[in-house]
Amino acid sequence: MPTFLAGMCIIALAGFLSLFIKNEKYCVKFGAAGVILGSIIALIPTVKVLLFCNPISLAIPWHVPFGEFYVEIDSISSLFLLPVLAVSSIISIYACGYMTAYKDRRLGMPTFFFNMLVCGMAMVVVSRNSILFLVSWEIMSLASYFLVTFDDEHESVRQAGWIYIIATHIGTAFLLTFFILLGKYSGSENFDYPGIFNNAGPFGTSILFILALIGFGTKAGIMPLHVWLPEAHPAAPSHVSAIMSGVMIKMGIYGIIRTIYILPGIEAWWGWLLIGSGAITGILGVLFALAQHDIKRMLAYSSVENIGIILIGIGLGVIGIARGSQILAIFGFAGAILHVINHSIFKSLLFMGAGAVLHSTGTRYMDLLGGLIKRMPKTAGAFVIGTIAICGLPPFNGFIGEFILYYASFFGAVTDGLELVVTTVSSIASLAVIGGFALAAFSKVFGIVFLGEPRTIKASEAHEVNGQMRFAMWILAALCIILGLAAPLILPVIISAVSGISSLDNDQIATHIDNLQKVLGFISIASIIFIILAGALLLLRRKLLAKHTVAQTSTWDCGYIGSSSRMQYTSSSFSQPIVDMFKSVLFSKSKKVQIKQLFPQQAQFESHTPDVSSEYLYRPIFKWVDVIISKMRWVQYGVVQMYVLYIAITLIILLIWKLR
Amino acid sequence: MTELILKVIQPLAALLLAPMLLGIINRVKAKFAGRKGQPILQTYYDLWRLFHKGAVYSNTTSWIFRVAPIICFAAIILTLMIVPLAGGNRSVFSFSGDLILAAYFLGLMRFFIVIGALDTGSSFEGMGSSREVHFSALAEPALFIALAAMARQTSSISFSGIFSAVTPHMWAGGCATILLASAAMIIVLVTENARIPVDDPNTHLELTMIHEVMVLDNSGPDFGFILYGAAIKLWIFASILTGILLPINGLPFIISIPLSIISIFIVSIIVGVIESSIARLRLISVPNLLLTAISLAILSLVFALRS
Repeated sequence: MPTFLAGMCIIALAGFLSLFIKNEKYCVKFGAAGVILGSIIALIPTVKVLLFCNPISLAIPWHVPFGEFYVEIDSISSLFLLPVLAVSSIISIYACGYMTAYKDRRLGMPTFFFNMLVCGMAMVVVSRNSILFLVSWEIMSLASYFLVTFDDEHESVRQAGWIYIIATHIGTAFLLTFFILLGKYSGSENFDYPGIFNNAGPFGTSILFILALIGFGTKAGIMPLHVWLPEAHPAAPSHVSAIMSGVMIKMGIYGIIRTIYILPGIEAWWGWLLIGSGAITGILGVLFALAQHDIKRMLAYSSVENIGIILIGIGLGVIGIARGSQILAIFGFAGAILHVINHSIFKSLLFMGAGAVLHSTGTRYMDLLGGLIKRMPKTAGAFVIGTIAICGLPPFNGFIGEFILYYASFFGAVTDGLELVVTTVSSIASLAVIGGFALAAFSKVFGIVFLGEPRTIKASEAHEVNGQMRFAMWILAALCIILGLAAPLILPVIISAVSGISSLDNDQIATHIDNLQKVLGFISIASIIFIILAGALLLLRRKLLAKHTVAQTSTWDCGYIGSSSRMQYTSSSFSQPIVDMFKSVLFSKSKKVQIKQLFPQQAQFESHTPDVSSEYLYRPIFKWVDVIISKMRWVQYGVVQMYVLYIAITLIILLIWKLR
Repeated sequence: MTELILKVIQPLAALLLAPMLLGIINRVKAKFAGRKGQPILQTYYDLWRLFHKGAVYSNTTSWIFRVAPIICFAAIILTLMIVPLAGGNRSVFSFSGDLILAAYFLGLMRFFIVIGALDTGSSFEGMGSSREVHFSALAEPALFIALAAMARQTSSISFSGIFSAVTPHMWAGGCATILLASAAMIIVLVTENARIPVDDPNTHLELTMIHEVMVLDNSGPDFGFILYGAAIKLWIFASILTGILLPINGLPFIISIPLSIISIFIVSIIVGVIESSIARLRLISVPNLLLTAISLAILSLVFALRS
């Protein structure tokens, strides 16, 4: 454990020292070196715990009321530490390259907050005391807030930061209530919480679960609590979007899983709630992703979608525990956690790719891009791997996580009673719908941004990004391939880690795990054969073409010469049929100039899809809040002395209340 | 030993005979139209010719366009190695959950054909790929729910397990499930293979721009791979359809293999009859057809739960 804490100290210290480095060139690099070194040191105990399933912990008395510096790495923590430490290190390499775009800015602050964010996330995962947890949670939230608002000269960025900080603190308010109730029921502030169930009863535990789901769900981005994601991700610098979307939102998932871990008396309806909200989050997330024109906003919605998939997995696991279906419990959680790790890899990769595009063309709007594969071939190569992985297609890692969830659901659908079948089949159906639309959304992103002809001058003048950015992207792309092929080796580690959650009989499920491992072995072999076959076919075609002429010409234009690149299909036209079909939930807005004459001069069409829940749910609520709060304005004099008086009065009232 | 031979023979039969399916469909359509029709082996001639031709590539395209036909063909071959013929013999890759892998290899194929089409920068091909992803995203849940219904009915989650559990006895008890699932499967088959009433394989005119228009710029061996792959894809969907319909498990494989192949040919005749007898749907109504397929699949599942 001291090794781990030493790693944390190195990350934090490097961040702190980078505040004082005058040369902006070395400042980011220094911070990144700290993250990488600290992560490597902290990964040693983490991997040890993971391999030997031997939790390590440390408790030091602390002067904070109710607080104790109690940290522990168990297998769940270590599974989440992997993306936190490893992916963050890779992102910090990317940041070195990405921040070169900000030549005339002080870079000490963002480096400091980046390192604090990594530290905060790692501490969230290991802390075992309510106060320590909340402090780490706040460090994480605030550090990411300052990172989001780095470009604060733009109005839209300040707006996004504002939405983010409000959303995250509403979430924290629920968490605060959650931990206070936990402490009240159990009489302990540490995560072992003895005797909760006796004091809380089934109703109390359910309340606790709902509080945790809302609190953590705000961070994770469960619909309709997701509103901050599509605002904050496009506003933040790309490496920040990568770490927030790839790693930070998973802390919400960690929180939900940890809650299930510590709450006794799990009920089946929690699982239905999770699967239901997961299905809604996933399907609406992918539909909104499809409707976006801004590549980073689209990726943000896609994160919402993937959180939905992960929730479906957790829901399956919870139902499995509640109903005693071992295979559902183990594979539901295993699939969810595997998808957490996988998503942290390919979503960071995709945000990095989006950042590279933004870096080199200066725009995030897909309809202004095109043809980048020729101008940025290395970025495009990594991006297409990420795209295939996030669509859950074989042979990459995204498929494995989704496969395990499908496998668990199909297994439940075949063997279990009527009540379970309905849930498992709805999870199969939602996964299928999500998968189909995710393919549509990501073929659109890759096709419109990287393929075809450049639609604007900006796009045609794009250039390949620098070495650090390419390096970081390709490491993640390689991880997508390796984790896809090495699935049978990874599975037992994850299974043994999650079997603690459900505390189930290990012997009984050993055969199921064996079977799944064999199945994953088959998948790996099939994937390898697929790769070999594709290679062989490439050679075959080369041989077939060797004797014949291979000509280059323009794309077939049906004899119409003079087609321009603006006639290409755009992201809006690509998704239009689907967006139209789901207009009852998407509420897309479009504006077009009616064509009147026989020879129309100018026509115009624009469409955009604002977030439904922020438009129709939060806007009215906050308007109402605004009205009430503005009535309270008379207490705000803006005179410091008055505020001191307020504090004094509050203290006196508290004292009287205590002395009573 | 027999099992090994069977594992090899099933994909080999498909590789050899799948192009004939397109010939049969064309012959049926010709008969309906009162024409003589092209030779049944025409697809073989076409493939031979395409594989012995040079290729033309657009200047706009990148390596994506060049690898797309290869990846598509490799993916369809892998799917072929997963899906067995009717009767429930084991395929090369036969394991519980193989149906998920098969569906996702088909997804990989679709992904590459779509980005290959977008790589040309042509608005026709963009239009085709947009429609393709739209319709197949709706076909996917229908396929999965129908398979889940059959899995529930037969208590098995592999193709060979499902196919071998279809027996006369099961027909007696669960004919509603089987028929409804196959009805959903027929719609999925028609959609995935770009057939009337969803798409018209004969044209790439604006009204029917889906599958044919996406491969407008492919030529030579690349187009050969795509054509061959399309034939095999039809074979695969026909195998799934016949697999959940035919109770021929237990027959010696000398009889069951030819029987299942003949049934695949019959499916292609049925496809030809459908193509000749009904008009193509308006594009706006295609999603309704697919929603019908999803509803049929759900109904089938309801019946599977009852028994």
